[in-house]
Amino acid sequence: MYVAVKGGEKAIRNAHQLLTKRRRGDTGVPALTLDQIAEQLAISVARVMGEGSLYDEQLAALAIKQARGDLIEAAFLIRAYRTTLPRFGYSQPIDTGKMLVERRISATYKDLPGGQLLGPTFDYSHRLLDFALAAEADGEIEAPVRRTPIDEPMPRVTDLLDDEGLMEADPVSAEDAPVGDLTREPLSFPADRDLRLQNLARGDEGFLLSLAYSSQRGYGRTHPFTGEIRYGAVEVEFFAEELGFAVSLGTIKVTECQMVNQFQGTAKSSPKFTRGYGLVFGQVERKAMAMSMVDRALRWEELGEEQVAPVQDTEFVMSHSDNIQATGFVEHLKLPHYVDFQAELELVRRMRGEWFAAREAEEKASRNQKEAAE
Amino acid sequence: MSVLAAASPEDLATAYDRLGTPPAYEMVRQPETGLVMVRGRMGGTGSPFNLGEVTVTRCVVRLESGEAGSSYCLGRHKQKALQAAVIDALWQRADDRERIETEVVAPLAEIRTKADEDLKAETAATKVDFFTMVRGDN
Repeated sequence: MYVAVKGGEKAIRNAHQLLTKRRRGDTGVPALTLDQIAEQLAISVARVMGEGSLYDEQLAALAIKQARGDLIEAAFLIRAYRTTLPRFGYSQPIDTGKMLVERRISATYKDLPGGQLLGPTFDYSHRLLDFALAAEADGEIEAPVRRTPIDEPMPRVTDLLDDEGLMEADPVSAEDAPVGDLTREPLSFPADRDLRLQNLARGDEGFLLSLAYSSQRGYGRTHPFTGEIRYGAVEVEFFAEELGFAVSLGTIKVTECQMVNQFQGTAKSSPKFTRGYGLVFGQVERKAMAMSMVDRALRWEELGEEQVAPVQDTEFVMSHSDNIQATGFVEHLKLPHYVDFQAELELVRRMRGEWFAAREAEEKASRNQKEAAE
Repeated sequence: MSVLAAASPEDLATAYDRLGTPPAYEMVRQPETGLVMVRGRMGGTGSPFNLGEVTVTRCVVRLESGEAGSSYCLGRHKQKALQAAVIDALWQRADDRERIETEVVAPLAEIRTKADEDLKAETAATKVDFFTMVRGDN
């Protein structure tokens, strides 16, 4: 039974006012600007755009500021905001082969066409705190070294082995085949790979990272190699009905990961390398990698593999990857459950009464038995 | 249109101002912000899937002489969308096309090319040059 109880409006109002003050912190310290957040906390911004499923750096920066740096809360704000805007339609699929590459590496080929471009990366750093950054001013930043770029094409690594049939080809559907959209229809199972990839692309980085890690440690059989990771700007094109042609909307930055897995073959399919795919907004490499590993693990059925681990369980993975849903359900436990709990309290009291009564009866019976025996 | 869409709102405003007094136009569609769902392809070349949305602002104007201009730009910059639509309309007018090309499109394209070249040069410096260590046992 639900009982309507009112109260707390004033406390809530005051709590929100207090939050505003605490969010701002010491007013002797300058307030953050959105440009500062977008420029200097770019990876947080990218994570919020990815998990909020909306690419807009200024909005993500605002959400981070409003959420006091709580990135899940920020993604929540972004998801709520997007519901206020009309949907113009779907873009043409982006072509990562035409990316303006800022970083591109392969762990499978040393000398690949286009070369290994490290770009701005934390890799190979010693993870030592840089106290120079703690100083008031950053001082002069040394201009990065430049080198004349060689304008050679940068084919995706997965296209290189394709010629020999060693590498599984990408699945191609008819151009007009419907593409599942989680923002339009609720999740249902079984879910095809288009829905799975959309779900993973907006899934929680931590959850995907743990799942990918579990698959490496033996919960699920994957032997992944990083075929390629590339990060950079790609053009987004949109077919404008009223104009009758596709227009370029501008560029967005994405990270793509091609994970390559050895596959021993089944009766249906010859031995070859199979692939998992990761694609995320911004430079969020860890998530792109985790996504590609989870994508591969979820393909067990189509490849005729055995299902042995949580990472292969489509329903488990897809139902728990969304941190907005997860936080909603976990955090709702903070809301008043007074009546529910009152009912539980009565129940537990009654059960305890019965339990003690039963125990007493049992003890009495065994005492009587003992006396009779003596 | 792609050069206009790629330009920053500030650069586009500067280019717009270079054109002098804006032409008379009527608003066919007010600058409007909405969403476009971006698609990727499985494995890079396979079947499409929905990656996530982007904010997009679009606008349509018509000049007194009848030419309609439209714009679609990433982001939520209403002024940029409006200015891009006006420039697009002017480009349709034979008398103005050359002026638009030289005073707006070319300079904006140059800014973009310069930024791309800088990025490519900085990235190229991080290219790995592998070398093989000489074995010492011969």
